[in-house]
Amino acid sequence: MTRSLYEFTEAFRIAFSQIKANTLRSILTALGVIIGIVAVTLMGTAINGIDIGFQNSLSMLGEDVLYVQRWPWRRVEDWWNYVNRPAIQVETAERLNRVIADTPDSLLEIAVPVAARGTSVKAGEVKLGGVMTFGTTADYSRIVTTEVTEGRLFNELEASVGRQVCVLGSAVAENLFPGRSALDQEFDVRGQHFTVIGVLAKQGEFLGLFSFDNQIIMPLNALRKFWGSRIDLQLRVKVKDKMRMKEAEEELTGAMRRVRGQLPAERDNFSINQQQAFKDQLDPIKTGIAVAGLFITGLSLFVGAIGIMNITFVSVKERTKEIGTRKALGARRRTILLQFLIEAVSICLIGGVAGLLITFGTCLGIRHAMPALPVEFSAGLMVISMVVSIATGIVSGFAPAWGASRLDPVVALRYE
Amino acid sequence: MIPPTAPADLSRRLIRDPGALVIRIEGVSKLYKMGAEIIHALRRVDLAIHRNEYLAIMGPSGSGKSTLMNMLGCLDTPTDGQYDFNGKNVAHMVDDELAEIRNREIGFVFQTFNLLPRSDALHNVELPLIYAGMARHARRERALEALENVGLGDRVHHKPNELSGGQRQRVAIARALVNHPSILLADEPTGNLDSKTGEEIMALFEQLYDQGHTIIVVTHEEDIARHARRIVRLRDGLIESDTRVV
Repeated sequence: MTRSLYEFTEAFRIAFSQIKANTLRSILTALGVIIGIVAVTLMGTAINGIDIGFQNSLSMLGEDVLYVQRWPWRRVEDWWNYVNRPAIQVETAERLNRVIADTPDSLLEIAVPVAARGTSVKAGEVKLGGVMTFGTTADYSRIVTTEVTEGRLFNELEASVGRQVCVLGSAVAENLFPGRSALDQEFDVRGQHFTVIGVLAKQGEFLGLFSFDNQIIMPLNALRKFWGSRIDLQLRVKVKDKMRMKEAEEELTGAMRRVRGQLPAERDNFSINQQQAFKDQLDPIKTGIAVAGLFITGLSLFVGAIGIMNITFVSVKERTKEIGTRKALGARRRTILLQFLIEAVSICLIGGVAGLLITFGTCLGIRHAMPALPVEFSAGLMVISMVVSIATGIVSGFAPAWGASRLDPVVALRYE
Repeated sequence: MIPPTAPADLSRRLIRDPGALVIRIEGVSKLYKMGAEIIHALRRVDLAIHRNEYLAIMGPSGSGKSTLMNMLGCLDTPTDGQYDFNGKNVAHMVDDELAEIRNREIGFVFQTFNLLPRSDALHNVELPLIYAGMARHARRERALEALENVGLGDRVHHKPNELSGGQRQRVAIARALVNHPSILLADEPTGNLDSKTGEEIMALFEQLYDQGHTIIVVTHEEDIARHARRIVRLRDGLIESDTRVV
């Protein structure tokens, strides 16, 4: 037992002096492993980052909110089935809320109508384009996922009379009124004066597509004054128990069909959307990254493994006489096997650590250059890359090491 | 330079029965296949070597000298015949068992020294002890002692390329002796040395013999063989003569 330990440390000693003596050769050999490890860790980092960014984004939508809309959140081929669906109106929300109130033990809490429009806003000389404008009722406070850090949301009265007041997303507030409080400031939406009554907390980007901070929220009745009263709405329906989203969705479907007075044979003339739809869309992307990453990783590790196998064969050949000497001095087969195996594994481990450092540096760089891009380096990835490196070393080093261990000492000693 | 004698080693050797049989070879043959041809490297050779003998094995190339040496050194096993080492039958041992015997019972000295180029003298001498499973501290102590015994106590941290040929061979001899083997097996130990250095190495062997070591030197040089007390000459795989030198 102790003998194996001494032989083990001796093997590491030899391996490192060998690698030191052949620095360039070892680095070139490790390159394949380095690339492989960089590929696997970058892939993992990307997937991790996407997952985390996705979770953050989804929580902006609200984990416990169902969206009733004309269109589903996915690409549809049969657009003709959707385009003629009846618009969702304020009255739809009112009737839906009555159905919910009439349902005993309803899983649904409340439906809030929300209208969304892109627009540009102006305050003095500052003009902002592409601002998402949401019009809604005072009930919005019950489904809002963001804190109002300054001021407040509009109240029932303001909502019903359609007062021209607004809650700004943090980015809008910063850009329109840089360096000062936006509260009680006035600005223009479509040429109409609005007063800021609140500012939302910073939320970040949704899947890197658009920023929830780039929004303004105003009373629906105010929005309808300028965009027309027949504007298409969405209903945001809060669910009481987010563990039972599936049942809630079924209940909501039934309730909406009652509101719409649909016959049993008819297809739904509305869509119910929830964050799950995004997840379903994201999964193929994640799988794509994983498959591509695994392919690159597998390929480069394969090439790397061949390189290491080759270099270990060369090493065995070069040191045949040394192997003979060691055998003459009492090295057993597994001592020699271990020696060359550890040498191969050491090169792979060095490659693995180098790969990890490169990935780590890349992640830091990305985070610095593009803070919006979600990258997440994890301890699990480090463990995986170490395991992969060691496995590559063992697999590629085994054949040459086995050959070395089986060398006839007489032949090996005579080798020049 | 004459190295100091080692009192520790001397006392250890003196306890042993000086006449005990170390090696007994009976009817040993070795066949090699070279393509279709079968070569009889050894033909039913008998040989007995006792403790504290100083033996030279001589013979022209092709005489079976190297084969016999490999056999004696447990690097190879005979095709046929009996080989007992310290009473143990080694003729049919497998690789790892032979490695064990080589590690504990045989000290090798090679013509080309065969030191590890990137390791210092101390580590080179430690190597057999690592394979024997000796702990680091004891190993170091024993290796230092062995280096001092060959007069290299001041060169322990020199790499082989920082040592002269004679010093390298001394390191090799220290390495051969560090595990207190039963025999010292030297293959042309002066072959890569100039004659003056060669004489120094032979003087060291003389000293080791005086201390009670069993020494087998394989050589083709009469001058070297003359240092031994017994000369075995081989020809065509047979022992041609086995004479005592007075």
